[in-house]
Amino acid sequence: MSEFNYAMASSADDASTQVKGTGDGSLIAGGMTLIPSIKLGLATPTDLIDLAGAGLSGISVEGTTVTIGAMTRHVDVASSKEVVNAVPALSGMASGIGDPQVRNRGTIGGSVANNDPAADYPAACLGLGATIQTNDREISADDFFTGLFTTALKEGEVITSVGFPIPERAAYVKFPNPASRYALVGVFVSDGPMGIRVAVTGAGINGVYRESSFESALSGAWESATLDGVKADESSMASDIHAAADYRAHLVGEIARRAVAASV
Amino acid sequence: MATVSLTVNGKVMSAEASADTLLVNFIRENLGMTGTHVGCDTSQCGACVVMVNGDSVKSCTMLAVQAEGTEVTTVEGLASNGDLHPMQQAFHDNHALQCGYCTPGMLISSIDLVTKNPNATEAEIRHGLEGNLCRCTGYHNIVKAVQAGAAEMKG
Ligand SMILES: Cc1cc2nc3c(=O)[nH]c(=O)nc-3n(C[C@H](O)[C@H](O)[C@H](O)COP(=O)(O)OP(=O)(O)OC[C@H]3O[C@@H](n4cnc5c(N)ncnc54)[C@H](O)[C@@H]3O)c2cc1C
Ligand code: FES
Ligand code: FES
Repeated sequence: MSEFNYAMASSADDASTQVKGTGDGSLIAGGMTLIPSIKLGLATPTDLIDLAGAGLSGISVEGTTVTIGAMTRHVDVASSKEVVNAVPALSGMASGIGDPQVRNRGTIGGSVANNDPAADYPAACLGLGATIQTNDREISADDFFTGLFTTALKEGEVITSVGFPIPERAAYVKFPNPASRYALVGVFVSDGPMGIRVAVTGAGINGVYRESSFESALSGAWESATLDGVKADESSMASDIHAAADYRAHLVGEIARRAVAASV
Repeated sequence: MATVSLTVNGKVMSAEASADTLLVNFIRENLGMTGTHVGCDTSQCGACVVMVNGDSVKSCTMLAVQAEGTEVTTVEGLASNGDLHPMQQAFHDNHALQCGYCTPGMLISSIDLVTKNPNATEAEIRHGLEGNLCRCTGYHNIVKAVQAGAAEMKG
């Protein structure tokens, strides 16, 4: 492993100041993406600034919004009674991330900041019309996810929490890669204050995206039959050893149909 | 170098480690306990699973400095006074291991699983062990052992 310095941050602002003061430093949350990347030589940070002591974990439901602190672990979202009651699709999504040991360390902030094109949280954020709160500003999910592993975050900007508007109905269905458990295709659908949303992960050539053709169809009738036989546009699908573009295009339609059928 | 102090299997231990020392290497090399294994480079196999503050984690994907001040349990801490932990005994009785490489991690993950869900169904046990790979057994006897161990742990 490459060598680096390690320091704890006491708050989000402190983390931001510290990381900006380093050569090529990185924030570390659960480390479930960053540490494997460092081990494989894909990341070579000079410094790691740990958010574990920055006071950023916790879940609250107030009025029409579920707010989840950036350092809240997947296991805590999966097992939170408040989230299960308010947005069962969200707790269910969290319980399907990776495996128990990954869920015991990995965080929502790390997952959202990383924007892996096959990750689950980006689909939940886009599919519910979430707002990403940083130490500096609020960013809507529609503006946040800008491409493969890229986001609207500026250098040294720290996510502090994510706010999810509570939908009338929603569901997430994932067709996992059987080896990695990341989404080969995952679709988060919702109908609520942010309109009708269909967010797709694992499939799009630029990462998570909204399937607007399905959204307009569903605004006519929210039922799975509306999506019978639909497909995504093959030319905007990723293609790799796990699945070819035409297969992904087909899966997006089928998984979206199942998600609408499962929505509560 | 920093001094990392933590409680391992009930004993306070400390050693010098650089920031890039993984917890698994700290346990194996600095503390000399080689029961915890390394089976992959990609955080997928679970051979390295230990308990940190009551949660099973992959010790190959955590820095030793991140474990400062925590309570860690490794496979060496399961037996007491020469008696195997009920889950270890159940693995033995049910022939739940062949080469044994995955076993330390399997045991810790299984104990975490049934401590939090004492009545886990077969499906829940299989889902709960998704982070532990075994190249020998085909999992059937591991699942049987976890069911037997769970029953024994309930007493
Ligand atoms: C075996 C395995 C299986 C997995 N399976 C899945 C899966 O099925 N689905 C899925 O979605 N994910 C999966 N993951 C990834 C997992 O969910 C990670 O937890 C997550 O992607 C990163 O979160 P983290 O807290 O570990 O972040 P870290 O690894 O600590 O950080 C990741 C990146 O985010 C940055 N960062 C972290 N926190 C913040 C913050 N608050 N503000 C700004 N930047 C920040 C870091 O600087 C770093 O660049 C898997 C991981 C493993 C190892
Ligand atoms: S050594 Fe494989 S997951 Fe830790
Ligand atoms: S017993 Fe050999 S890997 Fe599990």
